[in-house]
Amino acid sequence: MDRVPVLKLGDILIVSIQIDLQDQSVLALQEDLANKVVETGARGVIIDITAVEIVDSFIGRMLATIAAISRMLDAETVVVGMRPAVAITLVELGLSLGGVRTALNLEKGVALLNHIDGSEIATAAR
Amino acid sequence: MTAPAELPIHGNSDIVLVRQRVRTAAVEVGLSLVDQTKVVTAASELARNALVYAGGGQVRIEVVHNGVRRGLRLAFSDDGPGIPDLDQALTDGWTTGGGLGLGLSGSRRLMDEFELKSAPGEGTLVTVTKWAR
Ligand SMILES: Nc1ncnc2c1ncn2[C@@H]1O[C@H](COP(=O)(O)OP(=O)(O)O)[C@@H](O)[C@H]1O
Ligand SMILES: [Mg+2]
Repeated sequence: MDRVPVLKLGDILIVSIQIDLQDQSVLALQEDLANKVVETGARGVIIDITAVEIVDSFIGRMLATIAAISRMLDAETVVVGMRPAVAITLVELGLSLGGVRTALNLEKGVALLNHIDGSEIATAAR
Repeated sequence: MTAPAELPIHGNSDIVLVRQRVRTAAVEVGLSLVDQTKVVTAASELARNALVYAGGGQVRIEVVHNGVRRGLRLAFSDDGPGIPDLDQALTDGWTTGGGLGLGLSGSRRLMDEFELKSAPGEGTLVTVTKWAR
């Protein structure tokens, strides 16, 4: 089973999904991220899905769950880099990802987290 | 034309393999990028259903023709418990497995053709087709 690395940059945890994940890896990532948020006291989580070719209901739910768990642990989640074809497909599948914040790219994701938190968050990531 | 392929669905890694093989076939058939994405997403949902609800199954990947039009047809079959109420199973949000209940209903929206055959004790066959535009 592949494990997705979680990087820490200042107050932000960054996860970049680079491979086609099987379901167990998706669940493992969910757990790893929750642990890391607590361990590091991170205030923001960015999930970069630029390289992700499809998001089905399993992965979609993982994104929503990570956002919900992080929020409960006082961190905001932003999903960045969703491909247009993925967005079109997700909506038709019936998944709106209502509770998940998105940004077009990593830079905008960092800016969004900055904005949400007011000030210091992510300064180290600039 | 490529010969039809049969792929087993016995474990989580098979779902990934099915996605990859379906992507390759979708490219070969000449589906647009958006349609490729829709087909691969539906395949992922249906392969997972076979694994989760029936303990496994298989998919047949086939290029089909309608005049000059080419399409990709996927037939997911299993010998699992079957589905007692097809309308219910096709309702958005209906799940017996703690899922989101969008696999069947969503796949129907994502594909051009969708056929669900199932009965208790007789397994399940889901056949879906996407035509190149
Ligand atoms: N291959 C199958 N064998 C038996 N039951 C199935 C199969 N596929 C789907 N189902 C039933 O239909 C329901 C809806 O499936 P689906 O739309 O994929 O949503 P989910 O998988 O999230 O529950 C499932 O919860 C299950 O009860
Ligand atoms: Mg399902």
